[in-house]
Amino acid sequence: MGLFEKIFKPQWGVHPDDHKRPAADAALRFLPAPAQVHMPLHQHVGGAARPVVAVGQKVLKGQILAEARGNISAPIHSPVSGVVRAIGEVTAPHASGLDFPAITVDSDFADKWIELDAVADPFSLAPEEIARRTAAAGVVGLGGATFPSAVKFSLGKRLAVGTLIVNGGECEPYLSSDDRIMRDFADQVVDGVRIVMHAIGAAEALVGIEDNKPEAIAAMRKAAAPFPDVKIRPVPARYPMGSDKQLIETLTGKEVPANARAAEVGVLVHNVSTCAAVHKAIRLGQPLVERIVTINGGAVANPGNIYAPLGTLVDEILAFCGLREAPARLVLGGPMMGTHLKHGKVPLVKGASGILAFNAVEAEIPEAGPCIRCGSCTKACPMGLLPLEMAARIRSGHLEDAVEFNLTDCISCGCCAYVCPSHIPLVQYFVHAKGELEAEERTKLRSEAAKRLTEARSGRLEREAKEKAEAAARRKAEREAAKAKAKAPAAKNTEEASA
Amino acid sequence: MSHAIDIPVAAPHTTTSNSVGRVMTIVMMALAPATLFGFWLYGWPAVWLWAITIASALLAEGFCLRLLKRPVVPVLFDGSAVLSAWLLALSLPPWAPWWIGVFGGVVAMLLGKHAFGGLGQNLFNPAMVARVALLISFPVQMTSWVSPLPLFSAGAPGPIDGLLITLQGIPASLDAVSSASLLGFAKTELSRGVDLVHAMGEAPAQSWFGSRAGSLGETAAWLIAAGGIVMMGMRVISWHIPVSMLVGVAVPAAILNAVDPAHYLDAATHVLSGGVMLGAFFIATDYVTSPNTFRGQLIFGAGCGVLTYVIRTWAGYPEGVAFAVLLMNSLTPIIDSYVKPRVYGRNRKGSALPAKK
Repeated sequence: MGLFEKIFKPQWGVHPDDHKRPAADAALRFLPAPAQVHMPLHQHVGGAARPVVAVGQKVLKGQILAEARGNISAPIHSPVSGVVRAIGEVTAPHASGLDFPAITVDSDFADKWIELDAVADPFSLAPEEIARRTAAAGVVGLGGATFPSAVKFSLGKRLAVGTLIVNGGECEPYLSSDDRIMRDFADQVVDGVRIVMHAIGAAEALVGIEDNKPEAIAAMRKAAAPFPDVKIRPVPARYPMGSDKQLIETLTGKEVPANARAAEVGVLVHNVSTCAAVHKAIRLGQPLVERIVTINGGAVANPGNIYAPLGTLVDEILAFCGLREAPARLVLGGPMMGTHLKHGKVPLVKGASGILAFNAVEAEIPEAGPCIRCGSCTKACPMGLLPLEMAARIRSGHLEDAVEFNLTDCISCGCCAYVCPSHIPLVQYFVHAKGELEAEERTKLRSEAAKRLTEARSGRLEREAKEKAEAAARRKAEREAAKAKAKAPAAKNTEEASA
Repeated sequence: MSHAIDIPVAAPHTTTSNSVGRVMTIVMMALAPATLFGFWLYGWPAVWLWAITIASALLAEGFCLRLLKRPVVPVLFDGSAVLSAWLLALSLPPWAPWWIGVFGGVVAMLLGKHAFGGLGQNLFNPAMVARVALLISFPVQMTSWVSPLPLFSAGAPGPIDGLLITLQGIPASLDAVSSASLLGFAKTELSRGVDLVHAMGEAPAQSWFGSRAGSLGETAAWLIAAGGIVMMGMRVISWHIPVSMLVGVAVPAAILNAVDPAHYLDAATHVLSGGVMLGAFFIATDYVTSPNTFRGQLIFGAGCGVLTYVIRTWAGYPEGVAFAVLLMNSLTPIIDSYVKPRVYGRNRKGSALPAKK
């Protein structure tokens, strides 16, 4: 970057302490199958899956438990072999701590897989077949977005996407699951990348990896060496580099227009872990039932990355790593965008890249003070928004005015709230406002629908009354006509008689 | 209060180690060398005036907070009141009487800050509100400058004598040389019909190193600038306001001086005199009262600079930094509503970019 740009081009993003090491350097550990797993039916964007097993039914590892429902949905498979214990509710990995439906499976500790339908040469398959198999394996975006991958494949194919962007940014502090998968399974990742390229018809793949992961970059370069169309591209370590729009711009210079999808500028983004999952789904025929999750934070005795079956309780994974102290705060995902967990009795889900157990020092967020208009949030915002102005309007209840400041373009990355010297929970304001506006919109739609129905009803009643009146009038007219008719022949007769 | 585990909190779950207190501390550290130099130059009366101004501002702020039933201690020690009063003290004649400091400190907090709702809410820079109130109310005291009388030099007052000067006025026995500031001198001479080419021969002694009559913040222009550059290095302020304000003063000064040196002072004199340096690095850069986008800051800074020059050159007052800053403060909300950054994926007007493959 030239000096001119350094001085004049505003730099988005923040550089939080990354806390990735030593957890990232610890060797990957494998969690033995737990006695019981809870597979939520809703671990992805779109419709919740529909159970296809019955309580008491024996299942094998990888056997389908619930099928996709709707166009945007994903099936759920059993992470262990054993018996379906219950189809009920478990605590959702969400700050609300509410329950949501899940299938509980008791493990028989045999870890016996179903018969796997492996494909020796995925490139001989039609792209549609790859999408079908990926969908059937329940693969969703593992970077955290959990959008069903196969849906994105079809979209990419339809919009003739030329470039596949592979997201190995992993810009969230503390997390290293993508780093680990690139270091330990670079061949699988690269193979997955090539399968995805084939599925969407892309001519090249750009793998963006933040330059704070030199080992991953080296491993990926080695794995990608035989494939010139898979290009490894180190990018500067800066949060939120792993956000789709920012990574696309950094790697291609293209800007995704507001309210448009990345595919509309000819690129599609998939996470490195998702690519590895695609590799497993196609080459090995294995559905998505396990993932690498980073266990990190000051309260963890042996932080590192764990290869764990989905559906395992967070508490069990934390116990496996050991806790130094009771965590002052539990976070699912990274510290910038992750979800606060009320307790650890929630299952590991597909989109969970990390579980952070913070000690009291890490969990401390000072009380919010007044905004001094320092503009730090404006400088940090990767979308070019004015967080302080939006927050001021939301605070005074003027949500529509915040929309004028492009509130809807906010990606909730948390940069603004992170850099705020007054520690104002800006994202909280924005999430609140977006929720309120959405609720308002829903209410409006509902009341419009109600109004329409009421109008239709009164119209119908009116019409019915009118019809009734008309019918009555008609009957009356008919009666009178009949009467007149009856009279008329009589009169005629009289006339005739008189004639 | 920190968040306990049972309270759901929105992301992010981590935050910067920066704080309002840290920002204020850095600004004060950057201001310290120039202030200490001023103390040395003008001796104990300047130290006492500085201390009295800050103490009265703190008392006034404490009073306001108590009245508003807000927590007193954390706000009082966030450094913002101290900084406002400090900046005000640097803009006062160093040997001004104690009540100038008290009046200024109280006005800055009461009218400049808490009348608007406290930290972050004020439209105008509190230090400049106070300075202008003082200048209009007490023009004699606010324009009585003394020549430097450095600490430990012959005839310089000690701590007690210095305090007495601040409390009781300058005794006749003390051989303090009153002196006009350069800008004041130039204005007087021009109004007498003497052109600058002739007048400057008798002008008050000038020194690039600050040994001249003026306020604390005027004399040590280079130390002020150095402090400002340190703040830029620590990313407390950006370069946009200081540079545009200095350019805003220097460019019209250079042009008019080139056209008619007999009636217009040169650019270097303008930049190094009065409150321009202090204004550019420490006063116009006040977060609360300046625009929050870089482009807005360029407009704001340039406006401060040009207005300063205009007021100095054609208005009744020899110095115009405080007026210029206040005028531009009033424009800040308007600048902010017109000058916004371009949003990602949108053009400057706010509509979505066209999709290009």
